[in-house]
Amino acid sequence: MNKLNTKIPDGPLAEKWTIHKNRIRLVNAANKTKLDIIVVGTGLAGASAASSLAELGYNVKAFCFQDSPRRAHSVAAQGGINAAKNYKNDGDSIDRLFYDIMKGGDFRAREAFVRRSAEVSNFVIDQLTAAGVPFAREYSGYLDNRSFGGVQVSRTFYAKGATGQQCLLGAYSGLIRQMSLGKVTLYSRRDMLDVVLIDGKARGIITRNLVSGEIERHSAHAVVLATGGYGTIYYLSTLAVGSNASAAWAAYKKGAFFSNPSFVQIHPTSLPQLNDYQAKLTLMSESLRNDGRIWVPKKKGDKRHPNEIPEEERDYYLERMYPAYGNLAPRDISSRAAKERCDAGYGVGKTGLSVYLDFKDSIAKKGKKVIESKYGNLFELYEKITGDNPYVEPMRIYPAGHYTMGGLWVDYNLMTSIDGLYSIGESNFSDHGANRLGAGSLMQCACDGYFVLPVTIGDYLADDIKTGKIPTDHAAFEEAEKNVNDKLTRLISVNGKQTVTSFHKRLGKIMWDYCGMVRNEEGLKKGLKLLEELKEEFWKDVKVPGTMDELNQELEKAVKVADFFELGRLMCQDALNRKESCGAHFREESQTPNGEAQRIDKEYSYISTWEFTGEEKDHKLHKEPLEFECVKPKERTY
Amino acid sequence: MNLTLKIWRQKNANSKGAFVTYNLEGASQEMSFLEMLDYLNSTLIGKGEEPIAFEHDCREGICGSCSLYINGRAHGQDSKSATCELRMSRYKDGDTIVIEPWRSKAFPVIKDLIVDRSAFEKILEAGGFISANTGAAPEANSIPVPREHADKSFDAASCIGCGACVSACKNASAQLFIASKVSQLALLPQGRVEAKLRARNMIAKADELGFGSCTNTGACEIECPKGISLAHIARLNREFLKATL
Amino acid sequence: MSNFFKASIGRKVLVGLSGLFLFSFILVHLTVNLFLLAGQESYNIATHFMTTNPVIQTIEPILAVGFILHIAYSVWLTFLNQKTRPQKFLKVDQSKSSTWASRNMFVLGGLIFVFLIIHISNFWYKLNFTEIGYIEHGGEMMKDAYTMVASSFAIWWYVVIYVAGAVLLGFHLNHGFQSAFQTIGLSNEIWRKRWTVIGNFLSIVIAAGFSIIALYFLIKHLIS
Repeated sequence: MNKLNTKIPDGPLAEKWTIHKNRIRLVNAANKTKLDIIVVGTGLAGASAASSLAELGYNVKAFCFQDSPRRAHSVAAQGGINAAKNYKNDGDSIDRLFYDIMKGGDFRAREAFVRRSAEVSNFVIDQLTAAGVPFAREYSGYLDNRSFGGVQVSRTFYAKGATGQQCLLGAYSGLIRQMSLGKVTLYSRRDMLDVVLIDGKARGIITRNLVSGEIERHSAHAVVLATGGYGTIYYLSTLAVGSNASAAWAAYKKGAFFSNPSFVQIHPTSLPQLNDYQAKLTLMSESLRNDGRIWVPKKKGDKRHPNEIPEEERDYYLERMYPAYGNLAPRDISSRAAKERCDAGYGVGKTGLSVYLDFKDSIAKKGKKVIESKYGNLFELYEKITGDNPYVEPMRIYPAGHYTMGGLWVDYNLMTSIDGLYSIGESNFSDHGANRLGAGSLMQCACDGYFVLPVTIGDYLADDIKTGKIPTDHAAFEEAEKNVNDKLTRLISVNGKQTVTSFHKRLGKIMWDYCGMVRNEEGLKKGLKLLEELKEEFWKDVKVPGTMDELNQELEKAVKVADFFELGRLMCQDALNRKESCGAHFREESQTPNGEAQRIDKEYSYISTWEFTGEEKDHKLHKEPLEFECVKPKERTY
Repeated sequence: MNLTLKIWRQKNANSKGAFVTYNLEGASQEMSFLEMLDYLNSTLIGKGEEPIAFEHDCREGICGSCSLYINGRAHGQDSKSATCELRMSRYKDGDTIVIEPWRSKAFPVIKDLIVDRSAFEKILEAGGFISANTGAAPEANSIPVPREHADKSFDAASCIGCGACVSACKNASAQLFIASKVSQLALLPQGRVEAKLRARNMIAKADELGFGSCTNTGACEIECPKGISLAHIARLNREFLKATL
Repeated sequence: MSNFFKASIGRKVLVGLSGLFLFSFILVHLTVNLFLLAGQESYNIATHFMTTNPVIQTIEPILAVGFILHIAYSVWLTFLNQKTRPQKFLKVDQSKSSTWASRNMFVLGGLIFVFLIIHISNFWYKLNFTEIGYIEHGGEMMKDAYTMVASSFAIWWYVVIYVAGAVLLGFHLNHGFQSAFQTIGLSNEIWRKRWTVIGNFLSIVIAAGFSIIALYFLIKHLIS
């Protein structure tokens, strides 16, 4: 268990980060130039880390699979980024933000981590503003805030509906600057396929050049994974089509532990699936729930046009079931309620897998103008995709896989259980417990990348100032490269009949049905069995056209799907182990008499951390007990 | 519905490409344009042919990965939208669709419909940033920004770097791309400090990389998925004049 | 300053500024031409003033430089722009995204240049370097430019060329006017619309003004 030392310093919660910063070792400026760091992924976390590390003097090699760092999926975050500035004088504070994140995560996150992010969040806003991020302003010229995600204060900074894009581009501009100064070398269009360990330390990665197909070796003194989440395991999700788990999975198989893999946030307001060819689900901002009322017909299988269904035959089920919060009930509750209604046969649309989000009353009360000024672009987007006009008929929505709270286990330095291998942003599991608070994702990515990792990485690298360049001809590189080559060759040589995508769709359906919004023992066991069968079929009958030595998008997909089969098994196993409901993880066996999630603190107040023990073997569980000094876990009531 | 697709195929950067015509049966109006291409690819794989390489990622019009010059227009026939937002309901049974990659000297084709847009990055490297080191930032509210400027700055900053402006431009000019960055930062007090160098150096870089010059046709503004205004090019020109005269 | 001349925008600014200068010349030119409608005496006095006034005489070479700059830099920029897309698109549809004139400024400019040569050889050269009749107005002897013009405009094909030149010029200015202000940075969302409206109005006035004068003489000739 030595590997699972969290390195959280002693001392009062509010002072831990300061204490830690003062205690850890540093590398002096001259020595930093002798050290190389690889950063994989260039989203908000990766880009901010790469640029901040380069500013300090380290030589950074940044990798992304896209053609440019600017396309990383942070770009798609819409709503905003939290910080405890208390600009609104509404009683916000670092402690309150900390508490809201803990509560949002249903008390399954480490206090010290969450407290640190809340503390650092304020600097993030300063930093991004200085970098030229055009956050929304009031007429005074000062920054504006909005309320977001079921909290009682306004602490969310935003840039219209494109906060993620603007934050990412801010971090990207810092990265660009370091590239122009020669401190960051960018390797775009690269897939990281393995991490290389020398004497137990992460010393490099193996990548595939997606244009030439060449397998490349890159060495460094430390490797940082900022590779995002794995929600695309469901095939249909709100994530970018290219998002994947392969880098994290490679690290896991090399010995990095994986925590809470089954914690996946399902977003309640996505557009429903329209046809079988659909490649992704489009997110509709959650803010719509401020003015839209969610309902289904009271009669099962009612095929009437929504406008023909009279008021008394509509079931505004969220308002009925959760009178206090109504349509603004938390993400998981409202997602589950939609699924429950649809499964019970009340769903609408051709597939019966959607519910109405109706703006009729708001338009009548506030006027079309007001609604248009608030949601005009979203309404337009909706009409573009579905052909229906939400001003005259209700929208149809359905939950979709969105954010993965689970990820690589990290200690207080954000180092995984492999020495010298770090994980930041969504790729680690650190801050969000069993569910993520709205506008918390950008916050964590920027905190990790700008202010935590650049400080903590020195503690490890202090030992490496005399190491010198890491050679790439070491046997470990040799072996890792060979393994990668073998895997790719194997995928191509199956030469079966079915496309990679068809497997991904079937895999996604299994995951969604049995390890999605609602889980139970029987389903998870069935899911595991189906996964195993499908995986076998995949390796017998997948068709990957083309060769390894060229731009081959099917091969890229095949690698990702092959890894998803293995990750899917771990997710099911994790969900199976956790027989309580908490946050986004709802086990049917664990609910209150009126169908609410029932947390079981006595038995499950721990982080499930998994260790890879070998192909086809069961993953090994380590339980990291959660201790709460400052917050008292309590029941969620909405 | 059935479609005739005339698509540019090119094995790699060094080979000569050509148009190949595909007759696609069974496409549906419910598909998005890219889903139609996904579907075409699945039929190609089924027939043992190589699928068409094209770029896409977020599929909601924000990442800027998708490109495609469709029937003579960047991102297809809808103005102010990206290819991934284009729906097949805009087409009818029997239509012929010509699909080409972005074409310009600065964006060489890598494979089929994929081009290399790293020239944009090189332009940004010439000055598309504020030199603010991590940790050096003052308290955010110590820099008030008039709301009108912040809004305009946002409009400029909404650029997704897709390259449609270059493709729509008869001169393959990157002026709207440069303007979006120069204008975004010129409108903010934080960005004023380096405004001169920025305008001058980014323009010089674009010239060097083989982008054309702007003749103010305005096509870029119409085809830009974010509808970034030509007014930002006027501001770029002002900034350039201030920097050089 | 050297950065200015090295950069594409610098070259554009020169084209724009010289264009605006030429535009102002054309307005003066049209004003003088309008004297043709006022009769022989008025026009001849105006022409006499233009050809003898020392201020105008000094501006004339500057005007020539303006033409040369405008043409030389346009040719250079167009030449550079030709090289930016070695592989052309198979199908191009810019009808929805830009005006025809804006896409064809070089072609328009080229045709106007051809017209200019015809025009110069037929009017300016004749007026300055060949013997034409003199006439007395208000006690002063001066060249009878009016009669020279009237005889030219009596030739139907010359009028056709002239009107065509005026219309081409109208299209060229229609885009060129607001484009020049955009290039020198004197534009924004609001002013672009204003420049466009003003440009539209002036280009129509110019095209129509020159054409009407020519047609007036042709019709007068045909009737008489």
